[in-house]
Amino acid sequence: MVEIYNLKKAFNSHVVLDDVSLKVDEGENLVVFGRSGTGKSVLLKCMVRLMEPDYGKIIIDGKDVLSLDIKQLNNLRKQIGFLFQSAALYDSMSVRQNLEFPLIRHFNFTPEEREQKIINVLEKVSLLEAIDKMPSELSGGMKKRIGLARSIITEPKLMLYDEPTTGLDPITSKEISYLILELQKSLNMTSVVVTHDLLCAEIIADRAIVLNNGKVQYEGSIPELTSSNDPFLKNFFSHEFINENKQVN
Amino acid sequence: MNNKTSSSAYLTSIENRLNEFFIMIAGLWTFSVQFFRYVFVPPYEIYEIRKHMNELGIKTLPIVSVTGFIIGLVLAMQTQPVLARFGAEAYLPGSVGISIVRELGPVITALIFAGRVSSGIGAELGSMRVTEQIDAMEVSAVDPFKFLVVTRIFACTFILPILTVYVIFIALAGAYIAVVLVQNMTIEYYTNAVLYSVEFGDAIPGVAKTFVFGYIVGLVGSYKGYTATNGTEGVGRASTTAVVVSSLMILIFDMILVKITLWLWPTF
Repeated sequence: MVEIYNLKKAFNSHVVLDDVSLKVDEGENLVVFGRSGTGKSVLLKCMVRLMEPDYGKIIIDGKDVLSLDIKQLNNLRKQIGFLFQSAALYDSMSVRQNLEFPLIRHFNFTPEEREQKIINVLEKVSLLEAIDKMPSELSGGMKKRIGLARSIITEPKLMLYDEPTTGLDPITSKEISYLILELQKSLNMTSVVVTHDLLCAEIIADRAIVLNNGKVQYEGSIPELTSSNDPFLKNFFSHEFINENKQVN
Repeated sequence: MNNKTSSSAYLTSIENRLNEFFIMIAGLWTFSVQFFRYVFVPPYEIYEIRKHMNELGIKTLPIVSVTGFIIGLVLAMQTQPVLARFGAEAYLPGSVGISIVRELGPVITALIFAGRVSSGIGAELGSMRVTEQIDAMEVSAVDPFKFLVVTRIFACTFILPILTVYVIFIALAGAYIAVVLVQNMTIEYYTNAVLYSVEFGDAIPGVAKTFVFGYIVGLVGSYKGYTATNGTEGVGRASTTAVVVSSLMILIFDMILVKITLWLWPTF
């Protein structure tokens, strides 16, 4: 579903991604770990060309993303959902308008069909009562759920999550993680999840990679990575565990 | 040593400002070209344009009404003693009318519109930029430039002339109040005197240039907001610089447009 070869991205002289290569199979959930500033979000943004990489090749669903013209790119983007760290809800629109925004523009649904789709997706994220609320009236967790609902309403083949549980309390964070997993299974999507949250990763991940110094330095299942004797991984995950335990306590 | 350091820092700051200035000019030009490329291409986002025209018009209406009225009133009060010195008080409605229709109405409305709207657009789009809403729109395969920028520039371009015509009438009403306070002039006489002096041809260039002013307000506000960086600080900067740049550009373009009008119609 996703193949990335030798991806490089630098901001002036600061190299963020240096020869990153990875593959994500169809239906697989890949979690991307890494210290802050190692280019995890940049990697996601390059995948949908919100940022242009300096070098490399990105293939999504058989299409060479970097060689697509804007029309072809937009056709591909319709099959990709992106949950931003801040949820990025359009704050001048109500929840209903946020959700119908992509539907009006890309599909020929009747108003009744549209309404039904909105209700279905809000039921999936258990927030039907928020349908007429404005984003400013929602809590952080609710915003994430609505952001998730907006991303999946077009039933994308690939979902990209940029720190979906950051800034949430451990219980909400766990709920969101299970919700992501559940949606993943029911809609049979492939996903790439950037996170620092080990608990979230344990719930969602089929496989994980760790970015360090701009490269994919480690790869494996979550138990493999967390039980590794590698000093960096030991250090990295012990911090994650401490943070997890602190949050839970 | 200290003098050397401070003068080199001063030169660097001038260089940076010049750089920023030229980047902005290039950015505004690119935005302008992009606007004309997109404006004729469907989907036309009529609903958004109507919504912005309503919002911008209603938002600006109270302040332009008050300002227009006061400008008309004060202009008549200031002009009356000067004309009285030459025994030409009868020309008061005509001279005030011409000033308002040709220059004061359009420029004052545009400057107030710039202060109210350009900063609003800059802040709104700036906050959308820093909270990744524009990115979210782009990822959902909707062109944010067309949806956010083209609609706003279009709405500003067409709502400002309407506001200007309204302000001209309000200012003339304000001027009438001043005239009544000082001279005992009937409304019929005042109206006839204004209509006798102000021809339809006087209003055309005045109102026509507000299409350009409206375009400038929308363009600068959108550019500043759309390209905002550095979080909330960047949003604040986008909002303030949008007002400064658009006001300055309105005055510069006013000068150019007046010159062009006089060149095309020397008897104007």
